[in-house]
Amino acid sequence: MSDEVIKNIIVREDEDYIINMGPQHPSTHGVLRLEVCLNGETVNYLTPHIGYIHRSIEKMCESDTYKQIIHLSDRMDYLSSHMNNEAICLAVENALEVEVPLRVKYIRVALDELSRIASHHLWWSAFGMDLGALTAFFYGMRDREKILAIFEESFGSRLLHSFNTPGGLMHDVHPNFQKHIMEFVHYFRKKLPEYKQLLTDNVIFHNRTKGIGNMTRETAIAFGVTGPSGRGSGFSCDVRKTAPYGLYDEIKFNEILHDKGDSFARYLVRMEEMEESLNILEYVADNIPEGDFTAKMKPIVKLPEGEYFQRVETARGELSVYIVSDGKKFPYRIKFRSPNFSNLFVLNTLAKGGLIADLVAISGSLDLVIPDIDR
Amino acid sequence: MILDIYSFSTLTASINKELHAAMAPWLAVLTEFVLIGLLFLLFYAILGLFLVYLERKVCAVMQNRIGPNRVGKWGIFQTIADFIKLITKELIPIKNADDFLFNLAPFIVIITSFMVMAALPFAKGLQALDFNIGIFYIIAVSSLGVVGILIAGWSSNSKYSLIGAMRSGAQVVSYELSVGLSLLAIVVFSGSMQLSTIVESQANGWWIFKGHIPALIAFVIYLIASTAEINRGPFDLAEAESELTAGFHTEYSGIKFAFFFLAEYINMFIVAAIAATLFFGGWMPLHIDHWEAFNRVMDYIPSIIWFFGKTFFIIYLIMWFKWTFPRLRIDQLLNLEWKYLLPLSLLNIVLISFVVLMGWYF
Amino acid sequence: MKNSEELKTFLADLIPFATIEEGKQHLEIVVPLDKWHETAQKLRNNDRTPFDYLISLTAVDYLTKFMVVYHLEAASTHELVVVKAEVENRDKPQIDTVSDIWVTAEFHEREVFDLFGIRFNNHPDLRRLFLDEGYGFPLRKDFKDEINIIELSN
Repeated sequence: MSDEVIKNIIVREDEDYIINMGPQHPSTHGVLRLEVCLNGETVNYLTPHIGYIHRSIEKMCESDTYKQIIHLSDRMDYLSSHMNNEAICLAVENALEVEVPLRVKYIRVALDELSRIASHHLWWSAFGMDLGALTAFFYGMRDREKILAIFEESFGSRLLHSFNTPGGLMHDVHPNFQKHIMEFVHYFRKKLPEYKQLLTDNVIFHNRTKGIGNMTRETAIAFGVTGPSGRGSGFSCDVRKTAPYGLYDEIKFNEILHDKGDSFARYLVRMEEMEESLNILEYVADNIPEGDFTAKMKPIVKLPEGEYFQRVETARGELSVYIVSDGKKFPYRIKFRSPNFSNLFVLNTLAKGGLIADLVAISGSLDLVIPDIDR
Repeated sequence: MILDIYSFSTLTASINKELHAAMAPWLAVLTEFVLIGLLFLLFYAILGLFLVYLERKVCAVMQNRIGPNRVGKWGIFQTIADFIKLITKELIPIKNADDFLFNLAPFIVIITSFMVMAALPFAKGLQALDFNIGIFYIIAVSSLGVVGILIAGWSSNSKYSLIGAMRSGAQVVSYELSVGLSLLAIVVFSGSMQLSTIVESQANGWWIFKGHIPALIAFVIYLIASTAEINRGPFDLAEAESELTAGFHTEYSGIKFAFFFLAEYINMFIVAAIAATLFFGGWMPLHIDHWEAFNRVMDYIPSIIWFFGKTFFIIYLIMWFKWTFPRLRIDQLLNLEWKYLLPLSLLNIVLISFVVLMGWYF
Repeated sequence: MKNSEELKTFLADLIPFATIEEGKQHLEIVVPLDKWHETAQKLRNNDRTPFDYLISLTAVDYLTKFMVVYHLEAASTHELVVVKAEVENRDKPQIDTVSDIWVTAEFHEREVFDLFGIRFNNHPDLRRLFLDEGYGFPLRKDFKDEINIIELSN
């Protein structure tokens, strides 16, 4: 195989006006390169080039123990680091048939939803900035800071907490954890109308997002677009509902679905998801039971031979981890199905025929995190 | 009537007289040219630095921030530090760029903004050029700036720059019409194109009050169209940083970038100053007919303060909506002009002519 | 998983040549290599549960063979099956593409091609996704990179 080098050269017409958006470009949010072919300002087609930040996490995992893998998984979708951790923990716990304490389940849900809101804050900020509303950025960051303060208080880190461990949590949360969550819920409920005034109700914003990047439900399923982006097209893909894990089958919450499929629908899904997360947080923070913060686990986890598949809902869509174990302390093969990898490639279909400004609005509404694409 | 102690005409007249007494007439005129040029240059630099500082502070207030606060008290020397940084930066030569045009472009942009400034009446008796076609001159000269932007985009040999320049060209050419028509509204009201006459005609009330509805419409159209003309948010498509990185000045660095940057802020000042002069009475204090006592009190505020007060109020408006609105898309921008603003301003001209004909204004 | 018996019998009728067994978590289907494209089409376009959502596509290197693993979900009923196809020929691994059935497979297949070197027949745009042409296939178990990979002894 290796002796046969495949050369596949893209042949272009002379009239094609190619611009490279990225690897350093303000609206690609990371080292993504979009090769955009323009006709005037209209996008003829675009080719995403990825791999600028590929760290081969899957290969590295093959020589790490399961507890070490947790720390690598943080670095994929750094805005949903808690959910990434949870995917591996759940896979390991299911494989070993460990029952984690109820307290852990509650705390994990609380952290899930906090991370989700924090991630949506960042998305909202960046989306506003993509559309030229620079003030939105600071409003989002102001509120995100409150969540990061909660994280910092409990785990000592703000972004990549690596707080989960197979069987439970690294250590117990700070005594003020519940109180501060409740404070945040009340605070953020008051601040949400500002978001509405600044972007959601703005006429220019409506013009920029409504009817832009229409994605039908079929397209979403065919491309495997999950998360809020998929749900904006009416694709019911919330893993918390379809394949509940942790405490999600006991908590009452709504799966947010919109069927317009344009950038604005994706925007609305995320905005409403933030409110829904607040409801979940309110319920969870009130009811965290006393108990252990971890189940009894052996210092070195060895999975029985077999294959394990675990899906979780990150802030951007479905993350599944597929572990093949040969009974040793290292996984034989581990595969992360990251939501952004699938979400990215729908961009060409959505942006084709639109203007450059639409391309920015669409890629912003897909909420891509590049390290998650490259892994 | 405005108090004579605040008038600059005696001062300028005496300088003129002294100069003529001391030297030959041609030399005196030349000296006056040089003096005025130096004065404007100084004013230009101070204004640029101040506007940049103001924008940063205003935007900080909008965004729950403090803004510059390290260099000097309240960060007042921040822009000076920035300026020093910009002068000392390397001017990066661009491969395959058209060197002559590339270097020429910033000067065209900055010279046009300089030229417009000459016609502005800053205070009573403080105006470098008082044409009888003052408004015409301002409209004509201020639209030359786009030539500089087009040249900059074309000569940079960069695709982002070219798209930015083309956007800017389409935008400025379109919005020029609305700007002209909305300024025409005041010309119809006052019956003159001479800026000093227009200001004098507002001695018994500003046009925005005297001209009631049509003047208000003209003012709103002017504010939108002129913001678009100077490429400021939400119409900053020419340098839309999330789409085109920095648009037409992507490839510029150091002092050449500073020229574009400065010209943009000076243009904002010019646009606000024209609005203040035409709609808000320029240096004319707030006068209300038959309120003699009130008018006397208003007269005690120097005319130069009135002018700058009004101008900075409008500058604040322009900054306000830059920092709250998202950016428009190019087709929406052109739709707004050709489908809404232009028909509206044409209708407005008809309305104003009718109002003036019937004498239905104060 | 509910209905799993029913699904199993249905699948056994639909694809009689495949071996279907109850895995630890999900139904696991092993498909012969030459029947894979036909199977994929049947799984995607059937009346009972069209598996229209390809969650994940990956490969595992077992040193003697490759196993290409597909996780499929029916978007309407949320039933999940794992489909595997063995690629025996390790020197010249080839399997039919399913990018004409699930669009997203096009990019997942490119990733697998990039990291494992498995060729996908009839793939519209089989280029390397992350790495340069001529680089090895790093997720193969026999991949050696003395500079960047530090081997740990157990």
